[in-house]
Amino acid sequence: MPELIRNGVAIDDTFAEAFGMRATGIVITADTPEWAHQAAVTMTGFATSVIASGCEAGIDSELAPSETPDARPGIRVLLFAVSTGALETQLQMRVGQCILTCPGTACYAGITGEEQIKLGAAIRFFGDGWQIAKRLGARRFWRIPVMDGEFVCEEKTGLTKAAVGGGNLLIMGRDRLSTLHAAEAAVAAIAAVPGVIMPFPGGIVRSGSKVGSKYKALPASTNHAYCPTLKGRVDSALTPDVGSVLEIVIDGLTDEAVRAGMQAGLAALCALGAESGLVRIGAGNYGGKLGKFQYHLAELAP
Amino acid sequence: MSALVFTLKEQPPQRCDLSPLTPDRLAATRDIARLEIQTTKRRLCAGDLFALSGDDASDVRFEGGSERFDGLGAGMSQGRIAVIGDIGQQLGRGMSGGMLLVNGSAGRLAGSGMSGGRIDVEGDVGDLAGAPLPGEPSGMRGGILRIKGRAGARAGDRMRRGLIVVEGAAGEAVASRMIGGTIVCFGPAGPRPGYLMQRGTIILGHGADGLTPTFVDSGVHELVAMRLIARWLIDEGIEGGSLLAHTMRRLVGDTAVLGKGEILVPPEPAGLAGPAA
Repeated sequence: MPELIRNGVAIDDTFAEAFGMRATGIVITADTPEWAHQAAVTMTGFATSVIASGCEAGIDSELAPSETPDARPGIRVLLFAVSTGALETQLQMRVGQCILTCPGTACYAGITGEEQIKLGAAIRFFGDGWQIAKRLGARRFWRIPVMDGEFVCEEKTGLTKAAVGGGNLLIMGRDRLSTLHAAEAAVAAIAAVPGVIMPFPGGIVRSGSKVGSKYKALPASTNHAYCPTLKGRVDSALTPDVGSVLEIVIDGLTDEAVRAGMQAGLAALCALGAESGLVRIGAGNYGGKLGKFQYHLAELAP
Repeated sequence: MSALVFTLKEQPPQRCDLSPLTPDRLAATRDIARLEIQTTKRRLCAGDLFALSGDDASDVRFEGGSERFDGLGAGMSQGRIAVIGDIGQQLGRGMSGGMLLVNGSAGRLAGSGMSGGRIDVEGDVGDLAGAPLPGEPSGMRGGILRIKGRAGARAGDRMRRGLIVVEGAAGEAVASRMIGGTIVCFGPAGPRPGYLMQRGTIILGHGADGLTPTFVDSGVHELVAMRLIARWLIDEGIEGGSLLAHTMRRLVGDTAVLGKGEILVPPEPAGLAGPAA
């Protein structure tokens, strides 16, 4: 099987296996872009994996004042979970703990979807009876009195069941720092794709996992086949020239969005080429047995 | 299909009930000229007062109106009625959808109990715009009532939801007994605005004169909600929305009852005219 090589970088003949998820989105506005950003990173910080964070969340895009309901600077955040109930709970908890609390913010529906879930409708009770509902046309907002004025929060936001989570790229390089620089470039390219997030820190996970463990209590453990210090000692997927591996996980509102994200990431990595320290690009899957969606690298490579 | 036009032949000899002449009901009527519109024992049919032309019941026009024409657009749920001339009482009474345009003035109870749709009046309206009839627990429940001229007393009485915009002056006790919704007055309003209001929002572009002493001044606030209201007005084609400031003085009341309503006025002058005489 002839190997696929771009700019000296080998692209594995494999696919990323991804799963259907439920997703929602909100738009956070504030007095300045910096405060909107602060609210967004606080809300999405501890939301890297559904394994133990409850949901996966991240920033989709920044919005200019002309693009937000109240004409203030804004950020669109997306959340992904395995079930509608989990998604609703996580959304309300995070908005209540991280957006309500952040100075000057307001919160609005971020996506339209087949269904709606409660947003301000759950947060309003914080007003202790002093909250005000305001229906403007088809949209309803809650105004909750808080110490800096009012927290305005739209009553509901959309829910989509067409979301996909777990698109991924495995970036294999000669050493840790050059692999990291390559992953950063891929993250920047994927961040520009609308409707996707990369839930891990800075978009990158250094501790890619496999299902199962020798310890009965653990659902997942280190993906030993991709650990460079175990080369030769385990049944390794790595070739001797690979010194470090990083993974980027992509969640998107639609199959097409994840596909576009993977394509953008691959293009950025191939543009860097082997001289950057990149050796191979791969992807993680479960043999196609678990997930409904597959993203074949050979189809997506530039 | 051309617009269904009612051209007034002569002034009506009695008050008329024009409620059969809505797009909903006209579409289901074969002989429109024989529709009865009298309110006394003297029979009066549509064909007696109006010359009829056209056939599109979803686009109804009245060339010539009268302040004896009551109940125009009552209960309509779709389509469009446009009037060139004045109209009497209960314009759009209980309307739930569609568009009602009056190029003239309307009498009292315009938009009474409406739950949806849009009414635009180029001229003035009488007292009790949007208000309930005696015995009804609430007035307007939705939709938009826009008055480009003046409103009489108690515009928005017992309003529950929806939007009323008065671009001219409003009479006394605007939004009396308000339950919810939003009313915006760009012109001056008479004394005792928000009298016995429970909840809801009254925006008075000229400040609150003759405010009852049961309202409290919570000070000046920069409100995100004002941005949303302004934006909504502009989206609905009400250009005055762009004049609404985001920083307003918030008068909370009416504390004689539930007192969770608000009257928003421009921040200055800080001194408001005192309690009603």
